[in-house]
Amino acid sequence: MIADFDYQFFLEVLTGGLLSGVMYSLVAIGFVLIYKTSGVLNFAQGALLLFAALTFVSLVERGMPFALALAVTFAVMVALGIGIERAVLRPLTNKPPITLFMATLGLSYIIEGAAQLIWGTQVHGLELGIEDVPLEVGGVLVSQFDIFAAAVAAAMVLLLSLFFRYTRIGLSFRAVADDQFAALAVGLRLPLIWAGVWAAAGLVALVAGLLWGARLGVQFSLSLVVLKALPVLVLGGFDSILGAIVGGLLIGASEKLAEVYIGDYFGGGIESWFAYVVALVFLLIRPSGLFGQKLVERV
Amino acid sequence: MSAITTDLSATELSKGANLSSWLAPLIVVAFAYIVVPLIGGSYLFEAILLPFLALSLAGVGLNILTGYAGQVSLGSAAFMAAGAFAAYNFNLRVEGLPLVASIVLSGIVAAAIGIVFGLPSLRLRGFYLAVSTLAAQFFVQWALTKFSWFSNDSASGVIDAPKLCIAGFEFDGAVGRYLFALTVVVILTFLAYRLVSSQTGRNFIAIRDNEIAARIIGIPVLRTKLLAFAISSFIIGVAGVIWAFAYLRTVEPAGFDLDRSFQILFIIIIGGLASIRGAFLGAALIVVFPLALSRLGNFLLGDVFDSGVLDMSQRIVLGALIILFLILEPDGLVALWDRVRRRLLLAWQSS
Amino acid sequence: MPISSHAFGAIEASVYAPEIFAQGLPAAPRQAHEEPRQLAAEDAAPLLSLEGIGLSFGGVIALAEVDLSVRPGEIRAIIGPNGAGKSSLINVISGVYRADRGHVRLNGARYAQVPTQRLARLGVARTFQNLALFKGLNVLDNVASGIAYRTRSNFAGQILGIGRSRREQADQRGRADQILEFLHLTGVRDRLAGTLPYGLQKRVELARALVAEPRLLLLDEPMAGMTAGEKSEMAAYVRAARDRFATTVVLIEHDVGVVMGLSDRIAVLDYGRKIADGTPDEIRNDQRVIDAYLGVASENEEGAGI
Repeated sequence: MIADFDYQFFLEVLTGGLLSGVMYSLVAIGFVLIYKTSGVLNFAQGALLLFAALTFVSLVERGMPFALALAVTFAVMVALGIGIERAVLRPLTNKPPITLFMATLGLSYIIEGAAQLIWGTQVHGLELGIEDVPLEVGGVLVSQFDIFAAAVAAAMVLLLSLFFRYTRIGLSFRAVADDQFAALAVGLRLPLIWAGVWAAAGLVALVAGLLWGARLGVQFSLSLVVLKALPVLVLGGFDSILGAIVGGLLIGASEKLAEVYIGDYFGGGIESWFAYVVALVFLLIRPSGLFGQKLVERV
Repeated sequence: MSAITTDLSATELSKGANLSSWLAPLIVVAFAYIVVPLIGGSYLFEAILLPFLALSLAGVGLNILTGYAGQVSLGSAAFMAAGAFAAYNFNLRVEGLPLVASIVLSGIVAAAIGIVFGLPSLRLRGFYLAVSTLAAQFFVQWALTKFSWFSNDSASGVIDAPKLCIAGFEFDGAVGRYLFALTVVVILTFLAYRLVSSQTGRNFIAIRDNEIAARIIGIPVLRTKLLAFAISSFIIGVAGVIWAFAYLRTVEPAGFDLDRSFQILFIIIIGGLASIRGAFLGAALIVVFPLALSRLGNFLLGDVFDSGVLDMSQRIVLGALIILFLILEPDGLVALWDRVRRRLLLAWQSS
Repeated sequence: MPISSHAFGAIEASVYAPEIFAQGLPAAPRQAHEEPRQLAAEDAAPLLSLEGIGLSFGGVIALAEVDLSVRPGEIRAIIGPNGAGKSSLINVISGVYRADRGHVRLNGARYAQVPTQRLARLGVARTFQNLALFKGLNVLDNVASGIAYRTRSNFAGQILGIGRSRREQADQRGRADQILEFLHLTGVRDRLAGTLPYGLQKRVELARALVAEPRLLLLDEPMAGMTAGEKSEMAAYVRAARDRFATTVVLIEHDVGVVMGLSDRIAVLDYGRKIADGTPDEIRNDQRVIDAYLGVASENEEGAGI
């Protein structure tokens, strides 16, 4: 068994897994943004992603130039994010987190329905102009598209960290994340900040939607990538961007490796639940995830 | 002091209402057994009452776990599937096993699976637990599709329901299947009602409302949580049997997907958490509103309103309903119902 | 009908606890606790003792080398400014926190962490700083849940309503009713706990803790957020509870005035350390306490306790 272990092949699978893990991270980051600042687990993130990709594709298909379509979609996403904050989350301020979660579940139904009602249910191809020819890096074949996606994700994370560290509004995001009441007391305007966060989540949804859409085609099932992001969040902690990245890589890699090396023992198709089992087993050992804050119970 | 005085009179009122609190369900059950079969057509049974009964029971089951014990589950459909396929296999593979035994055993199988996937609840809370119940959803659906043994090697895991025969009496046709489903639902709902008003039910609520306080006053938190998972899964499993055997007659694992789990969750949110009646009100709304929407859409928009549009507008309306209830009536239809009834009662008393 | 039952409750209680009538009379409480002090025999073995307790959260020291001994039958107060570690101490005693150093001796048994799940069986009950009632249960069931740990019937028996489960339920509710009467809560017996005013909720918590007739009762700021009138009322209830059930009481409180009149002995915490320990008179005259706490008490009380 060990003797005929194909090291080259293993590396290829691992790399492929890590790169698809980056795609998971990209979705998960959208969750973290909102969870960190408002304590809402936004199940509608997947629906937002679908909405963004569908809007963009439909605009391009109707003859709008690429850059303009991108700008318009971005504007739509920001408006949508702010609208959601206004119409759904503000009336539910101070409700238990699980109520907010269920509200976002309802929201995802609305957005999914609306996206398809407006743009139709057919599958759209999405061409970002990146050739999907495998590249050879150090003797390992890697998809060019995956590298591009990883680079975009990395740029995005970098951008977000810079934003959080150096801009005024970014700093107020962090203040709100740390302590809502204190932030309120020093005069930060929470509604404005939440609107900002939802707009940022809209941007993340747009980027993730385009990358995922280019890979899978833009269709209803795009909103299901949220189900790939959830185990990543459980693993990395709902409130840690770093956790979302590391968690995504771990889930991506272990999922691919498991599918290739032990999938046959289960008759294949285990990727629908394997990530959840990995996350669960991990959680049973470390209940607060990789980087999540350990909560001290206050009584 | 005045608060206390007014409250005592409220107590007196509720004691007086005690009789009517038994009378009302009795009347409803009697109506369902005697009048409905006489006046109902097959559309009423096939398209409304049978799915209503199955989903109500699933709602009762999920309400025990989520509404009473406070453990959010997104995997209800998995337990329905487990129940349905277990009953199918018991019936198929154990010669001469009475149907009732198959149903009870299938509930037990669902309960066992519920305990396994409830184990994370011992260490996880809130979102972490909710996400981990998705594991049950995906795992069970995958296993039922992957291993064709569960469906007796039929194509894509489809199973056909056996004849519904209890003690030589065959529940045939739409009315027969309705009476069969009604009987199972009435029995289990009665037991569920007894449970939630027992010490165990109060322990569920205690853990939901304040887990640390519950632990400190000596309520066995871990055992009680697992019990909630087991009982809830048992009931949802039997609801799955009704769904498969009495309502659809032919089911496949794909019918118990994540959307079904959400549907059951929506039922208890709309109906009212921690309320047995709420599950029935919520299920009624969930079953009736798509039918009403489709009628309405056809009437207003004609041909434009095709099945695709219907599907999408259903999603939108359903999502909007959830959000509206969460914002305007967080205690669900039950609270609405009680308020209306109280107002009518007052109006009646004062006139 | 309501009025008579309320009056009946008061008369009942007075038989056990004459001090109940003394509430509001400033001189009476001091008189009343001359007698219980003999109850708390000076040289009896301690019911509870903490030995060298240390606790820190991520570098912040909450408790350092705290020793404390509590004699059977006494009312033992722990006071200190905000953040002095009082609540942490109660949480260590009840096993919610595990101390980094030291141990807790309870009834002679030594624990590094007191087993929370078995606390009730060890004869310990507690209340919480923030209300910890079960909002979805009525007052009676909240109180009855305090003895739910004695339930031996299982869920199936309870569903079917067979003999034992019925007897248990009747017995538990009966006991709960007695406590409700004792604490003058009978009038709100059937109300949902979450709908009661704050002061009454605090009293229901006391009832839930008392129903198990604990040997040791831990009260975490039982009078926080109350008006002066409610505070002296609560103090009278605490004393009455001690006298009726021979319960030892450990209580945390901000309001120094109430504590002085209520307690047999007082320990003072400041920045996680015990800086004084003694009778109310000793504490009143202790220079370190005056410096650390009493000197700023009037400022402190503005924002504290809420």
